Amino acid sequence: MNGARGRARREGVIFDRSSPGRVGYQLPPLEVPPADVRQTLAGVALRGEIEELPEVSEVDVLRHFHRLSQLNYSVDEGLYPLGSCTMKYNPRLNEELARLPGLAQLHPLQPEEQVQGALELMWELEQALVAITGMARVTLQPAAGAHGELTGMLMVRAACRDRNSPRSTVLIPDSAHGTNPATAVFAGFKVVEIASTSAGTLDLHALARHLEGGDVAALMVTVPNTLGVFEPEIARAAAMLHERGAFLYIDGANLNAFVGIAQPGAMGADVMHINLHKTFSTPHGGGGPGAGPVAVSQALVEYLPVPLVERTGDRWTLSYHRPKSIGKVRGFYGNFGMLVRALAYIRSLGRDGLKAMAEGAVLNANYIRKGLEEDYHLPYPGASLHEVVFDDSRQLAHGVKNVDIAKRLLDYGFHPPTMSFPLIVHGALMIEPTESDGVEELDAFIAAMRQIARECRENPELVRGAPYTTPVRRLDEVRAARSPILRWRRSSR
Amino acid sequence: MSYPEDRRYAKSHEWVLVDGNTATIGITSYAQEQLGDVVFVELPAVGSTLERDGAMGNIESVKAVSEVFAPVAGEVVEVNGALEARPELLNTDPHGEGWLVRVNMAPGSDANLLTAAEYEAFLAEEGAH
Repeated sequence: MNGARGRARREGVIFDRSSPGRVGYQLPPLEVPPADVRQTLAGVALRGEIEELPEVSEVDVLRHFHRLSQLNYSVDEGLYPLGSCTMKYNPRLNEELARLPGLAQLHPLQPEEQVQGALELMWELEQALVAITGMARVTLQPAAGAHGELTGMLMVRAACRDRNSPRSTVLIPDSAHGTNPATAVFAGFKVVEIASTSAGTLDLHALARHLEGGDVAALMVTVPNTLGVFEPEIARAAAMLHERGAFLYIDGANLNAFVGIAQPGAMGADVMHINLHKTFSTPHGGGGPGAGPVAVSQALVEYLPVPLVERTGDRWTLSYHRPKSIGKVRGFYGNFGMLVRALAYIRSLGRDGLKAMAEGAVLNANYIRKGLEEDYHLPYPGASLHEVVFDDSRQLAHGVKNVDIAKRLLDYGFHPPTMSFPLIVHGALMIEPTESDGVEELDAFIAAMRQIARECRENPELVRGAPYTTPVRRLDEVRAARSPILRWRRSSR
Repeated sequence: MSYPEDRRYAKSHEWVLVDGNTATIGITSYAQEQLGDVVFVELPAVGSTLERDGAMGNIESVKAVSEVFAPVAGEVVEVNGALEARPELLNTDPHGEGWLVRVNMAPGSDANLLTAAEYEAFLAEEGAH
């Protein structure tokens, strides 16, 4: 067993390092008469006692948090094959540029004439995203993918009202990201789920049936879908929706599969969010924040949030005069630092490089599919794009579930894939390698997964007991969810 | 697993036990098995109206959050408050103590539900899929 990449070391809580009277500071001698806070603050802000405050030195604090940081797994450490999350490498050039003082130290209330460069950058990014998506315009404000979804659906709602055709239903395939129905409900719609075809794709007959009532505002669909399969009938679906006065919302979480190859605008999309922290390599998860720009077709341009950046000759301005706008969706102009990073990525790759990125993502996913399809079952064998979804049905025959496989991967030093999603696949293992890694890392992952498949056949107990090399063994996730302990107390040790 | 014959079943894996105008609704043993350990149950408010096949609540397990669909229409008259503190009842006793809601059922809205035998046949078919 190769546990060299595991993390066997434990690190307790900082309270364990506490020693009475130890401090991490030195104060200069007092130059004024001392005041007794027990008198000056009494009855106002004085707490009788501060319980359990750790008494530690500077080096105690530094080592504690440094060690914790070493227990983390990140894209800087190795393959991070979380399907749908697109955990790609964050190029250091992005970071370098985002830290330029002229960008990093801007104040959002500076007058336009002092921030022409920043406005130009936002304008350039919008132009790039327009070119990539084939849509009419883009708002950069939303702070994450789900926020972008909400922004998009609020525009759909505004457009329906404006056309004097208020509609209450949003159609969503059963393979969708959970954020889609949540967004639709939050935007005031009722969700109707559409069952996928046996190939896992959008069912046009079901779509036609649901459109009959005339109450459908939009279809929300991910392209390629959450199985990593392209929706071959997406343009037909768009035409059917438009004929009924409904909109096509494309969830752009998987845009990285076809950048430079296909355009949502050409598919007939009316609105689409773009996760800069997925496709365009800005930091993700704890390293965020995210950014979820929304691209719209001409039909929705007038509802875009304010302000938009407009160019007049060599001057860039923030335009607030948009009477039909849904208003602001975020303080100031969105997560500007992420916009800088995304534009840096787009510019450094260029048109050909972006296309090569998408092709690399698809190639890597198919390399993994080929490497694992003898050992793991493919519930939907259609052509994979940037991710591949296996299930645990073969391993289940030996009493091993997807979650056991995921835990065992930790012993081999890899972050597990996405588990139990999409919901139409029981025991799903959804693998998205991204284009970031070379063949050596992919081979190491395939070897680990194949070794685990062998263990499932020969020694299933070993897999069910994993992980063995991590700082903590398998946690009681049920108890953690049912009765979480959210605050440390000495008595809870 | 044998399913109680005193009630009817929906293909979306809920059961309904009708007593006069009152229908008790829960999820089937198969459903809880698929969900895995349940950690949180969100139920409709007493007094709210359920549409047949409309979403009536959410069940959160360690794996995922899943919607529960109303197998009959009617007005909610009682919800199983015990599930708030003990969501695991859905796993340990889905056909009994793990019931979800009681509704004042809209007459006839339980038409075309499956018998226990039909539901078991449906599950066997699903398993073959």
